[in-house]
Order: sequence, then C-alpha cells, then structure tokens
Amino acid sequence: MAVSGLLGLRLERRANASRAMLLVTPPLAVLLTVLSGAVLFAALGFDPVKALMSYFVAPISTRYGIGELAVKATPLAMIGIGLALGFRGNVWNIGAEGQLTLGAICAGGLALAFHGQEGPWLLPLMMLAGAAGGLAYGAIPAWLRTRFNANEILTSLMLTYVGTLLLSYLVTGPWKDPDGFNFPESRLFNDAALLPIILDGTRMHLGAPLALLAVVVGWVIVARTLIGFQIKVVGLTPIAAGYAGFSQARTIWFTLLLSGGLAGLAGAIEVAGPIGQLQPSISPGYGFTAIIVAFLGRLHPVGVLLAALLMALSYLGGEHAQIELGLPLALTGVFQGMLLFFLLASDFLVHYRLRRVAPPGVRAARGRVGEARRRWTSFP
Amino acid sequence: MSAKPGMNGSSGAHPRLILRGITKRYPGVLANDRIDLTLGAGEIHALLGENGAGKSTLVQIVYGVVRADAGRILWNGAAVTVDGPAGARALGIGMVFQHFSLFESLTVAENVALGLDPKSEAGARDMAALSARIAEVSARYGLTLDPEARVFDLSVGERQRVEIVRCLLQDPSLLIMDEPTSVLTPQEADQLFETLRRLAAEGRTILYISHKLDEIRRLCDSATILRGGRVVATCDPRTETAPSLARLMIGEEVRATRKETAGAKPRMDELLRVEGLSMKATNPLGTPLHDVRLRLREGEILGIAGVAGNGQNTLLAALSGELPAPRADAIRFEGVSIGLEGARARRDRGINFVPEDRLGHGAVADLSLADNALLSGWRRWSLVRRGLVSFARSRERAEQVVARFSVAAPGAHAAARSLSGGNLQKFIIGREIMQRPRLLIAAHPTWGVDAGAAAAIHKALIELAASGAGVIVVSQDLDELFTLADRVAVICAGRLSASRPAHEVTAEDVGLMMGGLFDAAIAKGGGVPSETGDTRDGG
Amino acid sequence: MDILSMILMSVVAAATPLLFAGLGELVTEKAGVLNLGVEGMMLMGAVIGFAVTAVTGTAFLGIPAAALAGAAMAGLFALLTLNLLANQVATGLALTLFGVGLSSLIGQDFVGTPLDRLPQLDIPGLSTVPVIGPVLFGQDALVYLSLLAVGGVVWFLARTRAGLVLKAVGENPAAAHRLGHSVLGVRWLAVLFGGAMSGIGGAYLSLAYTPLWAENMTAGRGWIALALVVFATWRPGRVLLGAYLFGGVTIAQLHAQSAGIDIPSQFMSMLPYVATILVLVLISRDATRIRLNAPASIGKVFHPGG
Repeated sequence: MAVSGLLGLRLERRANASRAMLLVTPPLAVLLTVLSGAVLFAALGFDPVKALMSYFVAPISTRYGIGELAVKATPLAMIGIGLALGFRGNVWNIGAEGQLTLGAICAGGLALAFHGQEGPWLLPLMMLAGAAGGLAYGAIPAWLRTRFNANEILTSLMLTYVGTLLLSYLVTGPWKDPDGFNFPESRLFNDAALLPIILDGTRMHLGAPLALLAVVVGWVIVARTLIGFQIKVVGLTPIAAGYAGFSQARTIWFTLLLSGGLAGLAGAIEVAGPIGQLQPSISPGYGFTAIIVAFLGRLHPVGVLLAALLMALSYLGGEHAQIELGLPLALTGVFQGMLLFFLLASDFLVHYRLRRVAPPGVRAARGRVGEARRRWTSFP
Repeated sequence: MSAKPGMNGSSGAHPRLILRGITKRYPGVLANDRIDLTLGAGEIHALLGENGAGKSTLVQIVYGVVRADAGRILWNGAAVTVDGPAGARALGIGMVFQHFSLFESLTVAENVALGLDPKSEAGARDMAALSARIAEVSARYGLTLDPEARVFDLSVGERQRVEIVRCLLQDPSLLIMDEPTSVLTPQEADQLFETLRRLAAEGRTILYISHKLDEIRRLCDSATILRGGRVVATCDPRTETAPSLARLMIGEEVRATRKETAGAKPRMDELLRVEGLSMKATNPLGTPLHDVRLRLREGEILGIAGVAGNGQNTLLAALSGELPAPRADAIRFEGVSIGLEGARARRDRGINFVPEDRLGHGAVADLSLADNALLSGWRRWSLVRRGLVSFARSRERAEQVVARFSVAAPGAHAAARSLSGGNLQKFIIGREIMQRPRLLIAAHPTWGVDAGAAAAIHKALIELAASGAGVIVVSQDLDELFTLADRVAVICAGRLSASRPAHEVTAEDVGLMMGGLFDAAIAKGGGVPSETGDTRDGG
Repeated sequence: MDILSMILMSVVAAATPLLFAGLGELVTEKAGVLNLGVEGMMLMGAVIGFAVTAVTGTAFLGIPAAALAGAAMAGLFALLTLNLLANQVATGLALTLFGVGLSSLIGQDFVGTPLDRLPQLDIPGLSTVPVIGPVLFGQDALVYLSLLAVGGVVWFLARTRAGLVLKAVGENPAAAHRLGHSVLGVRWLAVLFGGAMSGIGGAYLSLAYTPLWAENMTAGRGWIALALVVFATWRPGRVLLGAYLFGGVTIAQLHAQSAGIDIPSQFMSMLPYVATILVLVLISRDATRIRLNAPASIGKVFHPGG
C-alpha cells in the first residue's frame, strides 16, 4: 500500500461496513468538490467566492429557479433509480442515454402521429409508449448478455450512439417539421401532448411527482421486496445467489428492463415537458449524469433523490455561470466528474480503516483479498 | 542444481535452525507462546497440532511472512532476522504452502520462473535452460513434470510438484512443507514421502507440518507437538502409537469415532437415486461427470471421498440443483424425477446443501446473519409473502440458529464476514438443518474448522440422519468420512465408484479408488494388507 | 496516388487511434485491471496533443504531451482503484465523464483553430510502389509507431520476464504477491501505459485523422477500443486485425455515403457501432475461449494486506 505505507498507517478491512462513513462520505465529497471548484475558478481568473455563489446559490434563489431545479432533477432521479438498482446487482447499464432517446422517439412519434386529433388519452399513452420504448431498448443488452454473454456495458453504450443517430435521422427526415424552414426539428406538440405545469410561474411539470413516485417504488423494491434482496445478493456474490436459487439472468432482465423503462419514461417526460418537440439533442447527457447520481446516492433511492437535486443544481449552475460570468459550460462536466472521483476515493473509508502500522512483518499475514477467504478460515 | 546444501553456510557444528522463545500475539489470541524448536541437518521433523494450535503462525515466522513479537532465530548458529520470504529464501529456507501460488494459464516452466529471483538465478531468464534444469531436478527426485505443460491441465499432485521443484531450484537447506498431503491420494503421498526422504538423505532439513498421525509416524525422525500455541511435547514419532500422539495433540483420550453401523438400522425407504448422470461442469475448466449412479436411503449417511478437482463440484452442483442435470430422470428423489429442477425447487422438496466455500457460496460475506438466513431459508421458512420480505422473521430464525448451534456471534445483525470460520460453518449447517431437510448434502463440512466446532458439526449431522433424513457428505478427509458415513463411495475423474458399507472398507481401499483404481480396490475386497504395509484406520 | 491506395490509406488512418487505445487497454487488462476510462483518456490526449502542437507549432512536443495527459488520467484511475480500492467499473466511468468535461473546458479556445496535418514520412524508394507503396511506406510517424507498438507488445508479453510477471499478476495477484512480485507496482505501470497509449490514440485523431479539435471528437472510439480487446481475446496481434477491420467498416460507410448510395447517412454512421455489438456477441458466446484467454483477476480489487 504505497500511500498509506508512507504515512505509517495500515489499511484494514472493517468486519462490518461503517454506516456512519456511508452517510458522511457523500457530503464530504461534495465539500471537496466545492473546494476544488474554488481553486479551479481562481485558476481560471475568477473571484472564487463570487463564482461559487453564481454557480451554486444564485440559480435557486428564485421561485423560477426552484422550478428549474425540479425540471432537471426529474429525469436524473428517474433514471438514477433504475441504474442504482442495476448497479446493486452488478448490471452495468450505461446506455440510459440511448434508452431515454428511444423513449423520446416513441412518445414523440405518438404525439406527431395524432397531431390534430388529440384527446386526454394521448398524454398517458405517450408516457406508456416512452417507457415501452426505453424498456425495449434496454431489453437488447439484456438479451445479448443472457443469451450470448456479451458485456452489457459495451452493448448498451453502443446502442446509445445508434439511438442518437436514429433520432437525428427522424428529425432530419420523415418527422421534420414541414413548416420548419428545414431546421432539423419536428413540429411543436399540441397542448394535449404536453405535461401540465404544476407550479405557477415555473416550468415544473407533472413529471416531478412521477419521479417522486419512482423514488418511492424504488425504495420499496430495495427495502422490502425479495427481488430487491435478490439483486443485492447477485451483486455481492453471484455464486451465493445461485445457491439461494436466485437467477442471475432474471436479475439482469429485471434491472435492464426497469432501468430502460424508467429512462424511456424520462425521455417521454422531457419531450412532453420542457422541450415540447423532437430535436436532434433532447438531453444534456442526463443518461450519463444519472450514473453519477446513482453512485452519489449510494445506490439507495432516497440518496438518489438528493443526488439528483445536487446534479440538477450543477446543470443550472453551469448555465447560470455561463450567462452571468462567461464561465465555460464544460465546467459542469468537470464538476460532476470530480464529485464522483472524490466520492469513490472516500469510499474506502466505508469498508476499510486506517490503523497505525504494527511490526511490518505482520502485514502479509492477514486479510488478503482474493485468497483471503480460504486462508482466513484456517488462520487463528 | 549441483551445489550441496551444506555449502549454504552451514558449519556442521551447529544445528541448522534453532528457535528460542518465539512469541506471537494476535488480537484476542496468543498464537505462539515461547516456542522452542531445534532442527538438525538431514532431519525430517514433524510439527504436529490441530487447526489453530499455532503451526501456521510459527512457520510463517520462520519463513519471514510474519514477524514474531519476541524470541530469537538462530540459523546455522548465527542469530538472524528473517525479513520477508525473499530473505528466507536467501538464507536457504524454502516453503511449499498448502495453497499453491500457481498461475493456471501459464506453463510449468513459467510458473517456476516466476518464483525465482532473476538476479540470483541465471536460469530464470533463459526459459530453455530453465526447462532443462526442471527436467533434471524432476528426474533426480522422482517428481515427474513436463516443463511445457500448462498448469490448468495438471492434477493437484502434479501442481504440488511444481511448487516443490520451484523450491528445490533455489537449493534450500531447510524445506518447510505445510500440510502437503491434504490434497493427495495415499499413493501420491507415498511418492512424495519418497522424494522427501531423498532430500533428507542429501542433508537437507525438512519441517513437515501435519495433523495426520500415521504419515508422521511413517515419515518423520522427530516431532514437536503444539497445542494452544505452546510446545507440549517433543518426541520420536516412530516410537509412539497413533493414539499416544493423538493424546498429546488433543490433550485427552481420543474417542473411538467410527459409527456403529452394521445392522443397527432398520431398512428404510429409498430417498435418492441417481442413474446415468453425465454432464459438463459449470466452469469450462471443471471436471465433467461420467455415468454417475448412487442410491441413498432415509437415515443413511453416504460419504463421498476423492481428491479435490475430480468432479466433486459438478456432482454437488448437480445434486443441489445449482446446475440442473441434462435429463429429468437422472436424479430421482422420493420417486420423482427432479433432474431438471433448479436449486429453488429442490430446496422446496427438502434438499438442502452446505457448500464448501462458506464466505462466497453458502453465505454472503457483507450481509448480516439475518439476511444470510433469508438467503437459503426464504422458501422453507416462508419468509417472503407476495414478494415482500419479513426481515423480522429472518432475524428471528437467525437468532434461533445462533442459539441452538452455539454460534459465537454478537447477534443476527453481525456480518457473516465477521465470524470465525468454525462459527460461520456452524451457522450455515445449523441454518440448513433447522429447515428440516429430507436430504442434506454437505461439502467438506469441517474443512479448516477447529476441533470443538468439528465435533459439534459431526454430532449434528449424525442426529439429522438419526431423525430419518438422508445425508451425503463429500470430503477429502478420510477420518471424517469414516467417523460419519454408513456407506462410502469414491469419486475420481468424474466417475463415482459403487458405494460400500463403511465398516467393510479400509482407508487404503479408498486410497486406491481415489487414484481411479476402482476395480483393484473391489477385487482386493476389505481387509487385505496393502503393498506398502501401512495400516491407516481412520482413527 | 490511385483511388485504391487512398482508400487503404484512410482505412489505416481510421484504424490507428483504435489500435493505440486497444493495445494500451490490452496491457492494462492483462495485468488484471479493467479501465473503462479509455474514452476520457483519448479525449484528453486529443485536446492536449492538439493544444500543445498548436501553441508550440510542433507535434514532436504535442504527441508526448498527449501521452502524458493520457497517463495522468490513468494515474488518477490507478490511485483510486489500486490504492484506494475503488470499484474499477465505477471509476472508469467517472474517468470518461471527467475527461469529456475537462477536455471541452481545455479545448474551448481551440475550437476552429486550423492545424497542419501530421506530415507523411515517405520511406524513400518503397513509398512509390503502386498501391501498397503509399499504404505501407507513405504514412505518418504515428502509424509506424502504432505498428512498432504491436510488435513491441507481442514481444513483451511472449518473451520478456516483465511480461511474464504482468500476466501472472493478472492471472492470480494473490499468488504473485506471495512470490514477492509487486502487484500494485506492476498494475500501476500497466495502467499508466494504457493511459499513454490512449492519449496518443486521441492525439492521432486531432493531429492526423481530422486535424482539428472538436468536443467529444472521439465519438465512442474509446469504447470500441475496449470492445476490440474482447474481440482480440487479449491477443495483441488480433487487436491489429480488429482495428483494421473497424477502420474498414468506418471508411466503407463514409465512401458509401459519398458514392450516393440511397441510405440515410445516419444509418451508415451506425455501422461501426452495430458492428461492435455483433463482434462482441460472436466472441462472447464462446465462454470457454473467454475464460482461457481473459486475465482471471480482471476488474477485481486486490488488497495486498498492507
């Protein structure tokens, strides 16, 4: 252990993961990110305090700003819940962006198909179509993984590029607005295909309560159900899952369909909510940011909700700081990446603790991950 | 390998290794308590003791893996500190660990090269020269090995030879062998002893760690016996009897362990019948099964012996349902064809399973005991209703197991990882038994478990059978099988021998069968003395 | 230069970034580490290589800078996963997300900056041979370097003791540790090498393939490189084959588009991604082959107990 060894400390695995650390480390990571942000702002030649205020405080100091926070947190929480469940089971769906795109295509296609003949049935149908689209798109990596053992990380990601290109084709080709001066956009949806605003003076729409509902459902799954337990066991120890009679394939299918469906629903909400039409780009990378949301939320639905709000703030802050201070928009991505790094780095405090070094020879004798189990049983 | 071991700095006047007052304390346990030990040149010295007696700690101190808290080490008369395994090797101390340090996808020669110091050994860089030296050493000590073979193709005995050759290429004057025969057939063990005797005849010292009394009496010139971290006796094992050594090791008169079986039990109904079971292993490198057949009656304990890696894992997976059989009628349980059923369906029928690997198979390390009770008991104990889990009832069940099987754990909330091996095993076996199985399949139930826990586990298994359930025990430990089983069968290269009543079979028969000589063992029948003349009797 | 050699040249050009990144990741994975941050490391290499070349005016500084940038990102990954024992999958994803953001931030002043393409180094006499001459001997320096790297990695893994130790660490780190090999040291070096190679691969994109900087210009090539390693079943020679195959697919779809084939361009652009999925499926379904060639410890945290 190069680093800790230098400090005269030794890393030791905790017998029980530290619950305190589990709760303390996310705020710690946020704090470190903010501090690094200050340094970064200073390096870019901005007053760090002013820049931080403009980034993290100003955007949500108005009613409208709060509404925007909800608008951005909605897809993040919704997708994050699904991804967190998958990550618990070691199912790495990182193609949520693609599933979101497919959801948007399905919902948007419906809105365009029934343009001019809408009824109150249209919106629910769009949401269902969006979820179905994302779910079907999530089914592809599930099938490839369970049938052919193909890595879902790579397949789901490749499908994201395919999905984005498909959307690009649709809005530049068959679904292009006939009166749109050749812009690559669909026509604007009619009101019946738009989610109603639920907070006056803001853009907060019906999607926000839907996301909250997803959080509650996610919590029930994680905390109360057999499938939630099953996902956890499959993620921790697949062999023990086989022993318990839990099917790994079933877990893969369930989590990919669920996370795909939720991402698709988020896509439907985006096009029926803040966007109101189909465009070549319907998401500023929500599907990828939701990965950070899932981890920052400790793969727990309640944590995911908080993390989604924080990440939504980072989007708002990025936009606000760009307008107000002329800070580059790319800072958002840097902040998000940094936050995840700090969280992962502090993670080791949950499972390990630092101890002062005992006489050096002792080290090799104990707890070696890998062979540890076998050795451990025979060691006094 | 031309240098004689004596050239390693030994003056001949001093014993090769002297340990004085070696003490090592771990949190909560004094692993070594003022241990003295003297080893002479050319001596084969046994270090005898039960699991947890402090043998491993002591040799890890000698080999530099662990640093002693107190005590002195004299090497050829000079006080030394052993700074790590590399320092030990530089002194001329070699060690063959119980768990091999081998790389399956690499060749024998590459594996050997990885264990040599490239600076000191000229051969380590030139693979062709190294292969030639491996061949030379192999021939000289009767350790047949192909340097170009890949390790995953080798049997366990051959793998051990790779480890030994790796050690011998460094020309050690002290060779430490840690429980070397635990994975060998008796015949392979005989070959190993031959090799060790040749090494000793060259003046090399062998420190031989074991808890197997017979082999120590056959092989060793002297023995140091450890109990609870202390030296309790030093003796000449050749003049001792197995019971007298056992008394020293365990500290009390050993009980006659073999079960009274013959005719004691009324004939019960057939519980399990396996016929023509042939299937591939879970892992592409695993051993497939060929036409396995076995029968088990209610109340009967069937012991399955065999050297690790001979298809036990595949058989266990097939019986537990983790890897269903290719045909439904290959496995019949209480008259029903269940071959195609998975683990869940089998457990519903009352077929429970205790796997070999506690912390990665039978339990989830990071989950609490309550969650681990849920893991296997959720069906039999009805812990799930309409997809919702009752965590309160799981906790209750876990607490019951902890109480009834005297598991030393702070409570149902403790992570499985935090328990000692023996306690976790008691918990797992208790958890399965308390689900009232009709058939319990237990793999290596007392592997690496201390004597007290092992006795408790054996008692529980015997009681379970007495209550009318069938039990299958798969183990490498012949003593254990003879303690428990009514009938014994042997698995070798994916084939299972016919089972025979335990009281009609000798350990030597089992040994022959473990080497695949089913017919020889059957032809010889029960009590015919073997060609080696040794009388292993499981005691 | 005739059409055929031009096509072949462009195939090589499209393949070279994949070849660099794939080879680097292969070495990383052979040591038992799965770094999913290839995309992020390539982007950092692309932007730093471009920026340094644009500012200093010479790619001789730009390319080493790109390698350093990739290695620095990889160092971050190594610190987190090897020393702080973070989950490799999560950290790799974080590295990619971070690299996307940071490269855009650094590169915002360079969007639209023109730059001369990396010059071709014609090997006298040979580069004028018809068809194969320019393809084999009329390339830029990085193409030659990539081919040398293939040979170097093949030689390193098959012939050197260090290569043997690397494979041993990837196969069974606990055993390698017991035999006195520094698992963390070997893995650190392997990860840094992977990062440097990804960085150079990225620089090839921004200096030679399309000599300009654009946000996210790797467009998933880092992920394709990861798939290539699986396709190659961890054998460097096959990474070469795979990279050129993918280069062929990329160029084929470009030419099909310009040849006026009546398929929407988006569908043609999907080809490399779809091809990646197909290739993964074909290779992965043979579990035995994967098991025998994949480093057994890949992706697992190793803690040497100190």
